[in-house]
Amino acid sequence: MSETKAQTRQSAVPVGSRTMAAMGQAPQKAKNFGLTFKRLLTWFRPFRLHLFSVLVLAILSTSFTIVSPKLMGNAIDLITSTLMLHLQGGTAEFDHPAINRVLLLLLAFYLFSSLFLYFTQWIMAGVSQRTVQSMRDATAAKLRRLPLSYYDSHSHGDILSRVTNDLDTISTTLQQSATQAITSVIQIIGFVIMMLTISPSLTLVVLATLPLYAITTFFIARKSQPHFAAQQKQLGLLSSHVEEMFTGQVVVKAFGHEEKSIDTFKAINDDFSHAYQRANFISGIIFPAMNFISNLGYVLISVVGGLWITSGRLSVGGIVAFIQYSRSFSQPIMQTASIANILQSTIACAERVFEVMDEDEEQDPVLSRFKPPVHNENELRGAVKLDNISFRYEADQPLIEDLSLDVEPRHIIAIVGPTGAGKTTLVNLLMRFYELDAGEYSIDGQSAHSLSRSELRSRFGMVLQDTWLFGGTIYDNIAFGRPDATRDEVFAAATAAHADHFVRTLPEGYDTVLNEEVNNISQGQKQLLTIARAILANPDILILDEATSNVDTRTEMQIQQAMKKLMKNRTSFVIAHRLSTIQDAEKILVMDKGSIVEQGTHSELMGQKGFYYDLFLSQFSAEPETALES
Amino acid sequence: MIKIFRFLKPWNRSIAILLALVFFQVLADLFLPTLMADIIDQGVMLGDTAFILRIGGIMLLITLFSITCAVVASWISATVAAGFGQHLRSAVFTKVSKFSLHEFDQFGASTLITRATNDITQVQMVALVIARMLLMAPMMAIGGVIMAYSQDPPLTWVLAVAVPVLITLVVLIARKAIPLFASIQIKIDRLNGNLREGLSGVRVIRAFNRVDHEQERFEKSSVDLSDTYIDVNRLMALMMPGLMLVMNLTTLAVLWFGFARIEVGSLQLGSMIAFTQYAMQILFAFMLMAMMFSILPRAQAAAVRVDEVLNTDPGIVDPANPQSSTTSASIEFKSANFRYPGAEALALKNVSFRAEPGQVTAIIGSTGAGKSTLLRIIPRFYDIESGQIEVGGVETREYSQHELRGRIAYVPQQVTLFSGSVKSNLLVANPAADAERLTIATTTAQATPFIEELDGGLDHELQQGGKNLSGGQKQRLAIARALSRSAEVYLFDDSFSALDFTTDAKLRAALKTEICDATVIIVAQRIGTVMDADQILVMDEGEIVGRGTHAQLLEDCPTYQEIVASQLRAEDVA
Repeated sequence: MSETKAQTRQSAVPVGSRTMAAMGQAPQKAKNFGLTFKRLLTWFRPFRLHLFSVLVLAILSTSFTIVSPKLMGNAIDLITSTLMLHLQGGTAEFDHPAINRVLLLLLAFYLFSSLFLYFTQWIMAGVSQRTVQSMRDATAAKLRRLPLSYYDSHSHGDILSRVTNDLDTISTTLQQSATQAITSVIQIIGFVIMMLTISPSLTLVVLATLPLYAITTFFIARKSQPHFAAQQKQLGLLSSHVEEMFTGQVVVKAFGHEEKSIDTFKAINDDFSHAYQRANFISGIIFPAMNFISNLGYVLISVVGGLWITSGRLSVGGIVAFIQYSRSFSQPIMQTASIANILQSTIACAERVFEVMDEDEEQDPVLSRFKPPVHNENELRGAVKLDNISFRYEADQPLIEDLSLDVEPRHIIAIVGPTGAGKTTLVNLLMRFYELDAGEYSIDGQSAHSLSRSELRSRFGMVLQDTWLFGGTIYDNIAFGRPDATRDEVFAAATAAHADHFVRTLPEGYDTVLNEEVNNISQGQKQLLTIARAILANPDILILDEATSNVDTRTEMQIQQAMKKLMKNRTSFVIAHRLSTIQDAEKILVMDKGSIVEQGTHSELMGQKGFYYDLFLSQFSAEPETALES
Repeated sequence: MIKIFRFLKPWNRSIAILLALVFFQVLADLFLPTLMADIIDQGVMLGDTAFILRIGGIMLLITLFSITCAVVASWISATVAAGFGQHLRSAVFTKVSKFSLHEFDQFGASTLITRATNDITQVQMVALVIARMLLMAPMMAIGGVIMAYSQDPPLTWVLAVAVPVLITLVVLIARKAIPLFASIQIKIDRLNGNLREGLSGVRVIRAFNRVDHEQERFEKSSVDLSDTYIDVNRLMALMMPGLMLVMNLTTLAVLWFGFARIEVGSLQLGSMIAFTQYAMQILFAFMLMAMMFSILPRAQAAAVRVDEVLNTDPGIVDPANPQSSTTSASIEFKSANFRYPGAEALALKNVSFRAEPGQVTAIIGSTGAGKSTLLRIIPRFYDIESGQIEVGGVETREYSQHELRGRIAYVPQQVTLFSGSVKSNLLVANPAADAERLTIATTTAQATPFIEELDGGLDHELQQGGKNLSGGQKQRLAIARALSRSAEVYLFDDSFSALDFTTDAKLRAALKTEICDATVIIVAQRIGTVMDADQILVMDEGEIVGRGTHAQLLEDCPTYQEIVASQLRAEDVA
């Protein structure tokens, strides 16, 4: 759902027509505009000088454009005065040197204005992208330091949308709207000043149209907003229906659900299109309405100005310049209005990014020097001790309470129990993906909390049910466990994992690139690669969390040999729901509802005829007996 | 992009009216400077106040006319854009609904979703912008040239220089920028891919201490993306100042040459002023068109993607004269071969078997042996390459899909529940099912106890995809859904895997009594699930390598023996 939301959010602000879209649509509101705005500014600190020069250049460039019409008016006046003399029957020469001077000056102004404008945008391109890049990198880095609990409470779609869409909006605003905001404000002020120098009373006429702009926009926006809201809502419904029906296509087809699905779609589509039509009709009036007001002003000035020229209160050049000013005046005003809206949603985006940055990180103890474990054949490593540990995901829902466990090096510890018993939670705690609420946890006699997480995790290797591989070569995926491994070591690990053979049958061998969905090799093959990865990492302690549950039993038997090799000479924690796979374990922990209800070897536990015995029977005994009898 | 606009056809008349309105609007706006020129030349210069007021009145009327046109145009453009999008969206959705799984595999569900939603929104947005702004631009340009010419023909050659310069500038920038925009999209995808991997692999990455490495990779893509962005933005930075410079230089040229012509008396001052304003308008029209190209490439790509969907024909269509069958639905495969599109190897090789009504046929084999594929071609989700499949004595391709699938109840391996209540999910299979039918279905599926515990029972609203249910519960609901339809054929694709043994056994016992007359095919991994079937098919690499009862297969099928052995290693202990 949140993915869909993220998508619609993205498409709501199309590139290019941002100004148009921003009009008439309610911007997303930031919760704390001022604070977030200030905080966003701090990201520009490295670029203070750049920004200062942008400001200066923008002021210069805008000033030139502001003064130009007045200069042009002067040139025209130079001609008119002579023309007037002609009309009155006199003879007079045009003042060529004066006219040329003005025109040359204008030429210089135009050149510099364009040049400076280009420089501001050139500089802003760097500033905005580098700023957003540093924010993006910081957010990504932050995500990598957040505890796993953050990922439990936020959907991938939501997180992705913050790092991509939200930052994208910020960068577009910086690039397109930041300089525009500066120039617009300068233009408004400059135009008013220039108009005042030509004719204070005509300026009043122009200023009188200002409230008209504001009122019109306000009313149109108020009318269109409910329709835009309805449009967004229907779009959300539309997207989730499409998503559901397309991903559930097999079911739709199997039960002949197509027609009903199309009917539902059409109903939502109708509602959406109705809202769309209304929203866009109303917001589409804004632009013509502004134009209308601007034209009204134009007519008014033409008439009043014309009358005043005849009465000698104004020159022809004056009115030509004035018309230019008043015509250009509406543009920065409309721009500032839309920039205000854009700024609102940009700050809302920044807020969502900052929310990520403000999350609590995993805390590591004061920097302890990281020493890679040196393997000494005689020294047994990998003793794990848990002492009265407690943990809950939700404060009011007890999960693991007072659990104790003492594991000797190189033992195999199997953890079994029904779904929700806390098996994977225990693994999460061993890896310190989550923090203990109470109790002690130590490895080889050293408290786990005196180690940094990376030190602790370097002692572990994992093979999970979720066979995660990244889009890269098979070689890189295996080497993921130990990037400094030699090529031979990688091949040896693959061979040990029974993966070497199938890898070499692939067209590109070890250089075969796994695609993004990693569906160009089978599930079982993926599993073998994750085992190879763990073998190469050569950890003291190994965690196998339902490592073979996605493969069938025959393939599992093949993987089992690889697993055995992998478990040799290390402490291993094995979570399995197929009990057949764990009977060799030195110790089997039977978990239920967060605590260990039984522990012992397979035969001990079978002898106890307790929880494990029942569990085992429910999986096996009914089958093998009859199976053998028949 | 243009091809997609064939969907605009129903609005041809509206579009014609829209064009006319936009034309009038442009005309009205173009007329204002001429009137202004008249005010100066004939009113101001001659001191005729009455003339000034009269022309002022006409200007006001024209302005009113212009906004009326604009408002009506806005209504029409919104209506056309809304209808266009609605049509297109419906067409795409209906088309995709008709796709067989072949086409679904080809495209992938996620891109089909994007194409049916975001891509169309994108195209629709462009349609609206075109109707609003782009239609106006050429008219403004052409109208501007005509009006300028009418003011003073000799000065028009200034425009003959300026316009080509402007076009060259825009084209040059566009030509360099468009490939950059395309590469930005690729780089964004790469960055997102990297992020997504980081999210899905968060445990593994941390477990192997590769956080820093992943961050480095991310930052590399991040810098790369920013670099390209900077390149393209700096290129685009040329656009505005460049256009402005051309516009301003044009004005200067008009003044320069205009003055010369005024001096010799062949041009009036007002005309020259009007001329400069027309020049501005022409150049503004070009700027509008230049702005367009920042949204066009994206929309273009979207339109191509949408059109691809529309141009793909469903691989599976109903026969011209569909047959039907009255005999009860036995299933027979006759040397069926099947291969997934583009695959080298056959997924099903020479498969022949017969499943009788009232009997249970079970299929077992390794992952990738072709078990699910075999089930999926019975309801004709895919078509076979050669051979025959008959249901009720009639070849499946002779049925209409509706008729064929109406006789089958299928429980897919991957449980898909729709948002809505438990009940509405059950009704998907049989909208006509009454309360009694649903009770039988849920009871047989062993789902009644947990449904009763749900808040609201059958009316309980499921979260999307049934997130609030456990795997076993979802599986039981999917089974109940299939059972709520009284079918002649029931297909279960590994549908008991998430159930514990007791529930599995109870469910199968209940099934036996409930659907005893139907043809049942069960795909399973567990020996326990298949061992009491009337007939077991053992599959390996797309072929049937063994067939018989459990006892027979234990005797003579090595693959079956291996599977049994792999699951029963515990027997000595138990």
